[in-house]
Amino acid sequence: MATIFEKELTDLKGMVLKLGAMVEKAISDSIKSLVERDSKLAADVIDKDPQVNALDVEIDEECIRLIALRQPRAGDLRLITTAMKITTDLERIGDLAVDVSERALELNEEPQLKPYIDIPRMTEIAQGMVRDALDAFVKRDASLARDVLVRDDLVDNLNWQVFNELLFFMIQDPKTVSRAVKITYVSKYIERIADHATNIAEMVVYLVEGKIIRHMAVPDDRKKD
Amino acid sequence: MVKELKAEVKKLNFYYGGVQALKEINLPIERRKVSALIGPSGCGKTTFLRCFNRMHDLYPHNRYEGEITLYPDNINIISPEIDPIEIRMQISMVFQKPNPFPKSIYENVAYGLRVRGTSKRAVLDEKVEKSLRGAALWDEVKDRLHHLAFDLSGGQQQRLCIARALATDPRILLFDEPTSALDPTATSKIEELIIQLKDEVTIIIVTHNMQQAARVSDYTAFMYLGEIVEYDKTDRIFTAPSNKLTEEYITGRFG
Ligand SMILES: Nc1ncnc2c1ncn2[C@@H]1O[C@H](COP(=O)(O)OP(=O)(O)OP(=O)(O)O)[C@@H](O)[C@H]1O
Ligand SMILES: [Mg+2]
Repeated sequence: MATIFEKELTDLKGMVLKLGAMVEKAISDSIKSLVERDSKLAADVIDKDPQVNALDVEIDEECIRLIALRQPRAGDLRLITTAMKITTDLERIGDLAVDVSERALELNEEPQLKPYIDIPRMTEIAQGMVRDALDAFVKRDASLARDVLVRDDLVDNLNWQVFNELLFFMIQDPKTVSRAVKITYVSKYIERIADHATNIAEMVVYLVEGKIIRHMAVPDDRKKD
Repeated sequence: MVKELKAEVKKLNFYYGGVQALKEINLPIERRKVSALIGPSGCGKTTFLRCFNRMHDLYPHNRYEGEITLYPDNINIISPEIDPIEIRMQISMVFQKPNPFPKSIYENVAYGLRVRGTSKRAVLDEKVEKSLRGAALWDEVKDRLHHLAFDLSGGQQQRLCIARALATDPRILLFDEPTSALDPTATSKIEELIIQLKDEVTIIIVTHNMQQAARVSDYTAFMYLGEIVEYDKTDRIFTAPSNKLTEEYITGRFG
């Protein structure tokens, strides 16, 4: 028998998940619009971004209302503050998907420089990180959250790989520079998405364990560049 | 910073006749800090608080075991050799309902000093003023010190009781749900006062208002069935308690 407050918390989690689903779709659509040269899809991602922003605001307002009226403590307090922070990261991810779409629109106007191989792979990993971080949030699963943290390195490495490969193109043929730079941007956006997923996962560890692990020394195997 | 203790409870047991109300309580009381006791009704908060000033001695079948050591003197408050009357001067209690004596405002505050044998007018005047100022009541009553205490509002009466407790320079002030009979304005005055008073005196407060414990205390102990379940810094207890029972209690999911 759930209390009114418990139901409100469940609804709040539902809103965060809904936002998560929206930005996950934005990520995959934006990359699809690049890989399949589908400019209509890119425009669609850009058009839908205001919906992401509106839900972000709605979640913030709900969190503030719950803090003011329910005076949450302990696990409830951590859930609400975590939801607020996660939402900020999700909204940024939405913005990055818009950035990807804008670059896709530009790149689709020119002949394709090369087949995209690593970028879809990176995207798949980053998207999986977002999904699992949110899953960990809903299930309060700290070990799943920690698993997300480890995957950030894979994305960082792929980003480097993409950059080096494009550098090679640019050195070979200056006519490719404009396109290559745009593709490195896309790769960087995806790498940033993985960073936001990492933030979310760190917040989930706080939610579950009450420990803030952000900015803590990371073990060697997951040091950033 | 090294913690400095004002008192330390060690293996305290307490019995109302044959019924054990407190079980193996161990608790440090930090000097010049506010420690809050929280827990469901009947868990023993009042019983525990009353051990500190030997209120239980008024009934013959009550029995203490263990120690409450008062520092720096290193005396055991609950030992039979210690005079309970003297302890009550040093460790004063403020109750849930304001309970001024049927005397003037002035005499309420002067009472403990007179019991101690102080009768010089100048000394009493000075001490009464100081205590009333300490209880943030002076400005409201300075022109009617010889009016009956009952003429004051509930919140003022409660601050008068605090002034009365302060007059004997207590070493520990005990509060048992001091604001449960007061409106929000009077409540926040008392809370402000408690926070100010800790510059000079160690405070233990029992409260059912979780937000109050969070606002005024530095340390919080959660009690259940006569035992201390968890004791920690207040911010820790209210953001990430370690014990599941504590979590359930403070998030209102108990039982
Ligand atoms: N004078 C007494 N004689 C016998 N038992 C008592 C006496 N006073 C209290 N008790 C019992 O001791 C237990 C603890 O009571 P206590 O008053 O300390 O609880 P409390 O935590 O202060 O509760 P509340 O929050 O309701 O004030 C209860 O089971 C109570 O019934
Ligand atoms: Mg009580």
